[in-house]
Order: sequence, then structure tokens, then C-alpha cells
Amino acid sequence: MHNKIIELKHLTKNFGEQQVLKGIDLNIYENEFLTLLGPSGCGKTTTLRIIAGFEEPSGGEVLFNGVDISKVPAYKREVNTVFQKYALFPFLNVYDNVAFGLKIKKKSKSFIDEKVKKTLKLVGLEGFDKRNVTLLSGGQQQRVAIARALVNEPKVLLLDEPLGALDAKLRKEMQSELKKIQKEVGITFIFVTHDQEEALSMSDTVVVMNEGIIQQIGSPVDIYNEPENRFVAGFIGESNIIPDAVMKRDLLVSFDGFDFDCVDKGFKENEEVEVVLRPEDIDIVDVENSKIKGKVKSIIFKGVHYEIVVETQYRDYLIHTTDYFETGLHVGLSFGPEDIHVMYKM
Amino acid sequence: MKHYVKLVRPYLIWSVLMIVIPLILIVIYSVTTGGNTLVNIQFTLSNFKKFAEPIYLQVFMKSLQIGVITVLFCFLFGYILAYKICKFSERAQSFMILLVTIPMWINTLLRTYAWMSILSDNGIVNTILTKLGLDPMTFMYTDFAVIVGMVSDFLPFMVIPIYTSLSKIDHSLIEAAHDLGANNVQTFFKVTFKLSLPGVVNGIMMTFLLSVSTFVIPKLLGGGQYMLIGNLIETQFISVGNWNFGSAISMILAVVILIAITIMRRMDPDDAEED
Repeated sequence: MHNKIIELKHLTKNFGEQQVLKGIDLNIYENEFLTLLGPSGCGKTTTLRIIAGFEEPSGGEVLFNGVDISKVPAYKREVNTVFQKYALFPFLNVYDNVAFGLKIKKKSKSFIDEKVKKTLKLVGLEGFDKRNVTLLSGGQQQRVAIARALVNEPKVLLLDEPLGALDAKLRKEMQSELKKIQKEVGITFIFVTHDQEEALSMSDTVVVMNEGIIQQIGSPVDIYNEPENRFVAGFIGESNIIPDAVMKRDLLVSFDGFDFDCVDKGFKENEEVEVVLRPEDIDIVDVENSKIKGKVKSIIFKGVHYEIVVETQYRDYLIHTTDYFETGLHVGLSFGPEDIHVMYKM
Repeated sequence: MKHYVKLVRPYLIWSVLMIVIPLILIVIYSVTTGGNTLVNIQFTLSNFKKFAEPIYLQVFMKSLQIGVITVLFCFLFGYILAYKICKFSERAQSFMILLVTIPMWINTLLRTYAWMSILSDNGIVNTILTKLGLDPMTFMYTDFAVIVGMVSDFLPFMVIPIYTSLSKIDHSLIEAAHDLGANNVQTFFKVTFKLSLPGVVNGIMMTFLLSVSTFVIPKLLGGGQYMLIGNLIETQFISVGNWNFGSAISMILAVVILIAITIMRRMDPDDAEED
């Protein structure tokens, strides 16, 4: 992860009146697993399609190894794509689908044969050569699509919500498989998804997007623990967002009528801020021992934990805990300074 | 469910009366002799034997030749037209398809008469040629006139199935081909054309069927002496009054068309892969 392979410089894209990308700046490094994460319509797929060459940007530059490729047609780019619905050629069998790119490049028969066999093995489809692609399961079609892209040895592999059509169990399986493949071939993966859990578990870097703007770039841990704004906090996992907190001074934040020690600094004195409290970071304690008090409004069993809503004077808090508390019980809420995440107001 | 089965009955009766019985009659006529009244009939294969005479075989070969040429031109123009139509917005597409089908609302006879006035010795084309200082040319009563008439008449039957196939193509397949390094020409031959084959096969079958069996167009644009198999059948029924021989030719034509359709079906990837 040292050299930049792709640089997006103030990329914009308009579809008619609508501006779907409002200035994207992003560096993508060699051998990185980068995920573009966001709700539908946030511009993540458009960004990917611009890198692939299926869309031309309205403004800005796409640098590939330092060279602007925004005018280079898709078929001349050193990237390959795994499409959302796989886009396998229905009139070709598994082998010929995978061999398509190499045949276009007029490689020798023995070279093609060796590469295709090797790649099919990599994705776990040994011996599927002659199978009709339209009769394969979703997971198998997915693997063919990955093999068809990887066999060309691209420098960057683009994946457009490739797991969207698979069921939950298969998805999990493919997630770790994809990660394994990426490590094995050692190239950059750019992965588009709207599933935050998928993004957090696979990526080296997560890019959270909304309404054509990058909200935050960071490691999965950073994104989860230190969301930069309310959108990121709300989109990544469940959270309690307190929109009306005030930063008294460095390391001291005030909300719900109390001052709390925190670990954030660098804000102006008395700046209005927003605070995120993750449901699993809040403990339910005796009423006497806490600043914030309330009563249990509801409790839902979720398998591993209970999901409890505590009603307080200012707002409802969502709490995840393995302990059971009866509805109507008066309780106190407690959290440490490191559990409080202060964000700039949007 | 059971109630609705009854609804099929009128159609069944209609089919038997109007399709099955006439077909059986044609088969009977073709293998008998003894006039058109079916009163004192005798079994014979002489009707088929008669067709083997050079004069009739020539007509048959000529029909196939004209048919194949017509299909080729229909395919060439029809594919390009359908392909171009697919490049427009959806609204423009349906409008253009409407334009393609509009001529079909007008009677074939009228359209053929229109071609006569365009191609005749002092028709529109020759008037323009003379105005330009060129020698007038004879178009009427030639193969050229017949083929022009047929191609213009049958083109919609080629355009529509091809257009339907092309417009159904998933655009991500085209993008996938580009993504894998295929330029526009390679993508067309390796992906687009293959995906449009079902439409091509249907179009060829329909236009071939129409062009080997037509008799109005060759009669009007080819002249009284111009004989294609459709005209031969018509003459046998209308002028000569030999229904037995006419039926035999119809049977032969039907078999040839059936064979052609079977061959074409084999080329259609959707139908062929039954193994």
C-alpha cells in the first residue's frame, strides 16, 4: 500500500439537470481493498463506472498511474469489472466466458488454456469448463464473473455490488472468499456496496458517500469508532445521536443537562456539536449512580443481546446488553469518556 | 379452470372447418386424378411426376433463387435499420417501429401498383433520369422490379423480429465485452450479433416463406410471362382448372418450406440446445 494507482481529482458527473457527483477527490493505492459505501443514489456506482470507462466524467480527472485516462475507452483500460448481475455471456460455456478477454487479445491457445484452468481453480470452479452458465447457481455465476475478470490480470478489479443477489449465508462465504482471492492475486479491489457490515468486514479502506459527496475516508475501525458526522454515524451501525450537544472546552462536552469528560479536542469553545453513543457502549446501572436517568420503555430479544429503549427527559436511548431489564423499571445510564464520539454539526 | 376449457371450442371448430379440412382436401387432390368435383376419383402420383418436367423445375428453381435474393436484401437492410432504431430513445424507437409497420396497413396490391408507376418506362425514376440527361432504362417486367417489390413489401417482417431481439439485449453484456477488451466491431460480432440470432432466424423464416409463395408481386411487376411457383399454383387453380396438379405443387412447396424452417431452427441457439 505505497504507490497511488488511481487518483480521482475533483470528479463531477451530471445526468441532465441532476448532479450525481459533486467533486470526488480520492486516492486509491496498490494492493488495497477499498470499499465505496453509501445508500442508493449516493454516486458510488457512478464513480465505479467512471473508473471502468462506461461513463465519462462531466468534470475533473481520473489518473491511472499518473496519466489522465478519462477520455480512454473502456476496452483500452487496465481494469476489469465484476458486474452486479454478473453479465455472463449466455451463449458461451464457463470456459469460453472466462477465455473471452484473452481470445480478444489474441493470446495463444496453450496460454489461454493454462490461464483459464488456473483462474477457475482460484475461484473454486475446477472441472466446470463445459457447463452452461445459465444453469449455474447464483454463487457459481458469481465465481465465473470473478474468474472472467481476473484472468486478464487487471491492475485493478472493480466490483459493483457483486454479492447483492446472493442469500445471507452465501454472502458471508463469498465475503471471506473475495478477501482471500484479493490477498492471493495481490491487486487493488474497488468494491461498491450499500451494506455497512460487508464494507467493515472486508475492506482496508472504507469511503462513505452520500449525495455525491465523500463523507469520510478511513479504516473500518476509524469509520465505526470515530464517525466524522451524523450521516456516517447513522449509516454505519445503529447509534444514539445527540444533535444538541455543546463543546464547553477541550475534553469536556455538555448534553442532557450535564457535563461529561470526553477524549475529543480541537473544537472551538462552546461550539455546538453532535455526539454519537453506540448502543453497545452504554451500560444500564442503578439510578443513584448515574447522571442520566430514565425508565425502560421496551425490550426486544435479539438472540445474542437484548435491544432496550430507555426513555429519558431529553430523548430515547437505544442500548444493546446481554442483561434483562423489565419494562417500566427506573434505571440510570452510564458510559465512559472514550465512548463519547464528538462530531462537527452537519 | 375447467369452465374456461369450453371457451376453446369455437376456435377448435373454426380451425377444423377452415384449416384442417381444406388441408386434407389439398392432400386428397394432390394424389388423385379425375377432375375437381371429387366424384369419381382415382389414386395417382402422376401429379408429382409432372412437376419433375424441366419447365416446372425451372420455375421452382427461379422461385427459390428470387426468394433467397429477397431474403438476403431484407436481412441486410432490415438488420441495419433495426440496429439503428435501437440507438434512439425509447419514445423515438416506438415511433420508428410504427413507421416501419405503416406500409403493412395498406393493401399489397396498392403498394405494388405504386411501384409500377415508379418503375415503368415513363415513370418517376425514368423521368428523373431523362431530366439529368441520362438514357431511360427498362425496369418493369425484370427480376430487378420483382425483387424491389418483394424487398420493400416484406422488409417489416425482417425488421420487427430483429428489433425485438436487439432491444431485449442486456446492456451490461455489451459493457462486459468492452470491459474485457473488445472494441465496438469485436463486440458487435462476438456479442451483439449472437444475441440477436433468434430474431434473425425468425425474420429469415418469415420473409423466405412470404417470398417463395407470393404471386401478386411477380404477376404485376414481372408481367404476364413471369412465372414463380406462386403464379404457377394460381394458374393451375384459376386458369387451367387442374386442381390436382395445383394441389401437388402446393404440397411440394409446403414440404420445401418445412425443410427450410427446420434447418433455420437448428441455427437458433435458443431452440437448438435441447441436448
